[in-house]
Amino acid sequence: MTTTLGSTSPTPVASPLSPTTAPATAPTRLTQLDALESEAVHVMREVAGEFERPVLLFSGGKDSIVMLHLARKAFWPASVPFALLHVDTGHNFPEVIDYRDATVERHGLRLVVAHVQDAIDDGRVSERPDGSRNPLQTVPLLDAITSNRFDAVFGGGRRDEEKARAKERVFSLRDEFGQWDPRRQRPELWDLYNGRHKPGEHVRVFPLSNWTELDVWRYIEREGIELPSIYYAHSREVFARDGMWLAPGEWGGPRADERLETRTVRYRTVGDMSCTGAVDSTATTVADVIAEVAASRLTERGATRADDRASEAAMEDRKREGYF
Amino acid sequence: MTTSPAPAASAVLSEGAAEHASRELLRLATAGSVDDGKSTLIGRLLYDTKSVLADQLSAVERATAARGAAAGEVDLALLTDGLRAEREQGITIDVAYRYFSTARRAFVLADTPGHVQYTRNMVTGASTAQLAIVLVDARKGVLEQTRRHATVAALLGVPHVLLAVNKMDLVDFDEAVFRSIAEDFSAYAAGLGLPDVLAVPVSALAGDNVVDRSTRTPWYDGPTLLEHLETVPVSDARADDDLRLPVQVVIRPRTAEHPDYRGYAGRIASGTVRVGDALTVLPSGKTSVVTGIDTFDGPLAEASAGHSVTVRLADELDISRGDVLVPTGASVTLGQDLVGTVCWLSERRSVLGARLLVRIGTRTVRALLREVDARLDVDTQTVELFSGVDTLHQVDATDTSSDAAPSGLGLNAIGRVRVRLAEPVLLDDYADHRGTGAFLLVDPADGTTLAAGMVGPTLLDRLAPEPAQDDATDADWLAGAGI
Repeated sequence: MTTTLGSTSPTPVASPLSPTTAPATAPTRLTQLDALESEAVHVMREVAGEFERPVLLFSGGKDSIVMLHLARKAFWPASVPFALLHVDTGHNFPEVIDYRDATVERHGLRLVVAHVQDAIDDGRVSERPDGSRNPLQTVPLLDAITSNRFDAVFGGGRRDEEKARAKERVFSLRDEFGQWDPRRQRPELWDLYNGRHKPGEHVRVFPLSNWTELDVWRYIEREGIELPSIYYAHSREVFARDGMWLAPGEWGGPRADERLETRTVRYRTVGDMSCTGAVDSTATTVADVIAEVAASRLTERGATRADDRASEAAMEDRKREGYF
Repeated sequence: MTTSPAPAASAVLSEGAAEHASRELLRLATAGSVDDGKSTLIGRLLYDTKSVLADQLSAVERATAARGAAAGEVDLALLTDGLRAEREQGITIDVAYRYFSTARRAFVLADTPGHVQYTRNMVTGASTAQLAIVLVDARKGVLEQTRRHATVAALLGVPHVLLAVNKMDLVDFDEAVFRSIAEDFSAYAAGLGLPDVLAVPVSALAGDNVVDRSTRTPWYDGPTLLEHLETVPVSDARADDDLRLPVQVVIRPRTAEHPDYRGYAGRIASGTVRVGDALTVLPSGKTSVVTGIDTFDGPLAEASAGHSVTVRLADELDISRGDVLVPTGASVTLGQDLVGTVCWLSERRSVLGARLLVRIGTRTVRALLREVDARLDVDTQTVELFSGVDTLHQVDATDTSSDAAPSGLGLNAIGRVRVRLAEPVLLDDYADHRGTGAFLLVDPADGTTLAAGMVGPTLLDRLAPEPAQDDATDADWLAGAGI
């Protein structure tokens, strides 16, 4: 068995190497960020070596942007050997869609988009009374995995995000319904990731498992990674609901009793507009954001994700259904 | 590195970034019996290192109150019980990973359940740990459970062990109690060959000597638990060992810019690779010289254990995923008879003659389980020897009757196996090469991970030497240029 990469890529990746760069000696001791990076690169190469049709979930959020950056490092000077998959709720921040499309263009990638709207139109899922389409992503996601025969799906999930995610494996086997069963997970030992699966099953892969929110931001700073502008403080019309600042949009906000106001805010996560809240912020640079995150007394999801507040086990329940 | 930089002037790093940039990572695992206060200790570590944020804390306060506790009381153990069933039953089901950090280090903590039936979870947590925290209740001292945890740490080659003598508040911080437990454990650990053990008297509930130094143990002059975690050496000797570079993928861009590029990508498991080094490819035995070590961030003159790199060689050799690059002239063992110690992870018992897959490094080979000749009783640290040589007729794979004593290895059992491989592979002793000496046994039918294994003599062999084999081993001892 020979696994060779890159031969299908028509688009050369711009080389970051200058020919005059002198060879350096990597330090014997890895710093924390070096260790996390090397581990993530290792995981991505394992997937490329073991699976037929991997795909990288790409929302235009910071975690998926960091994953793509790591994938470019893993396979350089060949291009990234897998497509991107975006599950589009239809309630997007326009800045994020612009970023997504520009990124795909710049790196010569293939983008597959699964639309929640299509699933609604087909009657496969129905709109919820609260207007949130975040939980509706599961069905189009699983349909896209099935119809494209993806056998490995990279997600940017981190174990520090949520208690149920703390139990997640780096390679997480899902049955033909995409279900996660925490009691029946494969033990994961050393760095021997077992990706074998039966036809119809697939594996979710989380290369950022051991990263925290601050690690992600410090890595973005170190690597000089560009993010959509909504991650930095900007003036924006928002209204208050459930203790969060939500952006108005076609998804149905604000209601008659909710009042729009202009505030200086930024986003800590990117998701469906109906349930992703902004935080008051003056952070206009990565360094500012890091300072804010380091001082914050709220977790990223606790601060800005309405869907995780539904119950003590909201995330666990959604994951069991096939959500990330 | 990207064409459009982040809004920040990237040359100016954030406050504390320089300190953070040199920060190291320590991976640790915890083990404790059911009521030793392990969840409380982890909660205390998270809480006192300010790794718990306000919304998490208020959720725990609500959950504490819902259980009828007094107002304002916080049950730190609830910070770590993540799954619905765990909260309902008040137990920990599965390995969970926790993160906390200080200015000096970041920590990945594998929180492994202490229940008797979860040995496999302890093995999972210990496989990647550089340090294991073994918890004992000061009132109870060293128990069978404690010995089991120490044995698993020794078996998996965890370099450092911290014995946390917990609930010191319940024995009036009595120095004699602590000394006695520490001595008991040290004697036991020495027998196992555990190289580095430190005992610390703590009260996880009250916070004594966990993060903050206790005023109630004036007789103790060692470090607090966290101080030890921050200062214990993490750089193991892997960078000085012989090079092991398991090939993950072959990089061939075939672009206008890189028409003939051919690189071998992998993470260095041990040792150091330098441009100009003569390397041998295993199992083929072909040799070449390193002409380049490439990364996205630029070429390197050398790189060592832990780094993910791509290596170019002077000659066009047939190298693929699963091959291992080693220094030419190094003494290595290549063979088809794998003898090792396994921890059985599956509810399906081992069946002699079963056809399996062995995953070792980045290679997966077909295999036959030929022999299970010893089983370790972790509690008593004794080894039961039995005749388990496969005749292919001795055991009926479909016979599930439980009349006779169960043969082979069941869930959580630790035993010695002999596996015949379909092709020769590099067989590094786990004791010398924790990276390449580990393997998995996998069921080819559905991919289930059946067992985790360690090549070569381990703790089990020290306790019960392997019986002499009549048939000569087919391991080829390769040395020098004679490959």
